Amino acid sequence: MLIKNGRVIDPASGLDAQRDILVRDGVIAAVEAPGVLAGVEVAETLDATGCVVAPGFVDVHVHLREPGQTYKETIATGTSAGAAGGFTSVVAMPNTVPVNDTVASLEWMLEPARNSAVRLFAMPAATMGSMGAELSDYPALARAGAVGFTDDGKPVLEDAMMRAALLSAGRLGLVVSQHAEDTRLTGGCSMNAGPVAFRLGLRGMTIEAESRIVERDIALLRDIEAKDGVRPHLHVQHVSTARAMQAIQRAKSDGLHVTCEVAPHHFTLTDEAIGDFNTNAKMNPPLRVESDRLAMIAALLDGTVDCIATDHAPHARHEKEQEFERAPNGITGLETALGLALRVLHREHGMPLARVISLMSANPASIVKLNDAGSLKPGAWGDLVVFDAGAEWQFTASASRSMSKNTPFDGAAMLGRIKATVVGGRVVFKS
Amino acid sequence: MTDSLSPYAPGSLITVAGLPIAEVASILALTTRLEKMAAAERRQLLAGRTLALLFYESSTRTRTSFELAAKSLGATTTLVSDKSSSIEKGESLKDTGLTLRALGAECIVLRHSAGGAPFLLARTTGLPVLNAGDGMHQHPSQALLDLRTILSRLGLADRPVDDKVLAGVTITITGDIRHSRVARSNAMLLPRLGAKVLLCGPVELLPEEAATLGEGVEIVRDFDTALRRSQVAMMLRIQSERLAGLKLDLNEYIAGYQLTAARLERCSPNALVMHPGPMIRGLEIQGEVADSPNSAIEQQVSNGLAVRTALLVRALGVSL
Ligand SMILES: [Zn+2]
Repeated sequence: MLIKNGRVIDPASGLDAQRDILVRDGVIAAVEAPGVLAGVEVAETLDATGCVVAPGFVDVHVHLREPGQTYKETIATGTSAGAAGGFTSVVAMPNTVPVNDTVASLEWMLEPARNSAVRLFAMPAATMGSMGAELSDYPALARAGAVGFTDDGKPVLEDAMMRAALLSAGRLGLVVSQHAEDTRLTGGCSMNAGPVAFRLGLRGMTIEAESRIVERDIALLRDIEAKDGVRPHLHVQHVSTARAMQAIQRAKSDGLHVTCEVAPHHFTLTDEAIGDFNTNAKMNPPLRVESDRLAMIAALLDGTVDCIATDHAPHARHEKEQEFERAPNGITGLETALGLALRVLHREHGMPLARVISLMSANPASIVKLNDAGSLKPGAWGDLVVFDAGAEWQFTASASRSMSKNTPFDGAAMLGRIKATVVGGRVVFKS
Repeated sequence: MTDSLSPYAPGSLITVAGLPIAEVASILALTTRLEKMAAAERRQLLAGRTLALLFYESSTRTRTSFELAAKSLGATTTLVSDKSSSIEKGESLKDTGLTLRALGAECIVLRHSAGGAPFLLARTTGLPVLNAGDGMHQHPSQALLDLRTILSRLGLADRPVDDKVLAGVTITITGDIRHSRVARSNAMLLPRLGAKVLLCGPVELLPEEAATLGEGVEIVRDFDTALRRSQVAMMLRIQSERLAGLKLDLNEYIAGYQLTAARLERCSPNALVMHPGPMIRGLEIQGEVADSPNSAIEQQVSNGLAVRTALLVRALGVSL
């Protein structure tokens, strides 16, 4: 396949220029100046005139609901939404029914029979059943393809258990991804604590509920490095508060192996978006206040944040059409990630295009050690995305490829439209 | 909510937030017109009309008030409560609402333990919904009846209801404001009519962010200080089981925040005393204060019936 006439932006190789790209046998075969590849015979040509060609996006945090909750989403529908959003690799979280905590369930999930539209990876549960009491079998899961471990949806709460998780995963060179929430402080809470929660009469989650777990985990990293001769890797999921971000920044400058992600909704919206108890603005961690939102943007700009992750969390309409406190947490996000990143980070806050791309491709790929993803260097996977960076459009939830439509961004302005998504030299999405 | 893009049916009353002052004025004017009307004539207004009272949380006072209001207008009411078998176990609020609509309900009065439930019901049924109290969120009919009580007792009933009608009036709300939908509703409505609202209570029951409820809202921790500035003392019920969870000493609370005859005499002898009920005599308020000439507590109850009559007429789109 030949992708020609595009502006190729590949942060991993520092490239930003007009280039044609040849993908052969599923991998990048050549990246050449316009015309050089004109004589090459190819089965398919993609004209990227006026568009950016970038490495396919990698999302280290999605919920695909299969097995067990296929009325919300399946691996096929969720990854198809991913393809529409420019993602070529996604990492499924383990909070399926049953929880993905064994080699058998991991292998079942990764089978071709699940019909994933893009490359599918998974983080199995850090503890059996994500119950926080017993580690899952890390070495066996790693051999079966696990790219990390997490109990996402809830934290690994007990100090000793989290220490054991970091140590075991660290020995295997894999990441432990933490949902940082001290659930002892958030019982009965359904949104961010503060004036909006007070006005709505809802119990609020304090920022300490997030920062305390982050601080505890960082202390564990320090302790393990000092005592066990292992350098564990902690990845903090969906950071939402300035305070937790400061803790991460300090840990990084102390040389600890900490990475983190921010979700598009946390750099785009505040808790005011809940309005009249809109359950499509209910998520965990919750939307915070403007100063936290701006702190997320600042940390994205200064490099403290390693990647953007969607936390794509589909829920059926009848589940979100409930009393706010009863409705489940989460919003869909795969198809709105680029549009929001470009609108908010690039246009409103001046983040260079290459940096946005890096946060969505090379950086997340390196967190889960996908060494052949996130780059357009010859030899890398032939995974790329073609988008019109200047296109303004409106997202329509009903047109989503996800089975669920729970998004606060229905009708929201987007910047940058995906024209095509290519996985291993095969077009998986075209608009 | 008068916005044409509103997803809520006209006649709904879910929150006082954003309720135009002109609407407040017209509801109060309608209340007075209905009050003056002959009972027989009033009974014709909603004759043949059906409304549902959907009570997921028991409340004898509010339920009876809405029921009697509906009866006085000749409407047929159906009560669906969590005590009766009529709320199907596990059925969603949306489906219960759709069932009531299919059975002919033209308006639903909803009491619910979850904040925001009336918004959901109104969005999913398209019916006018009257919020009879939702979680810790709102109790708008209470705020309107309290307003009517204040206006009449302070001799302001003949003034036009606008953003200055309560100018110069200071109202202290004392008690468990953290958990009170009555406090929220009043603190959001009264300042928009020109009043100064002082919120009073210990920090466990009154967090600092409560001051953000409205422009004219201020937190005053010392009850005597607040009372000295006030023409109205609105007391809230204290549920002692809640205090237990909050590590608050009941005796200390009584010493600091009970409205006693001595305190009233000392700080604001002419203050109007209000309480949304049910009250616990001897806890947040001394019995003799509740029964004193200062007290408007009974009048609040009768104003409740009157205001709810107007809200039902408005909800069903009957114009007089
Ligand atoms: Zn999470």
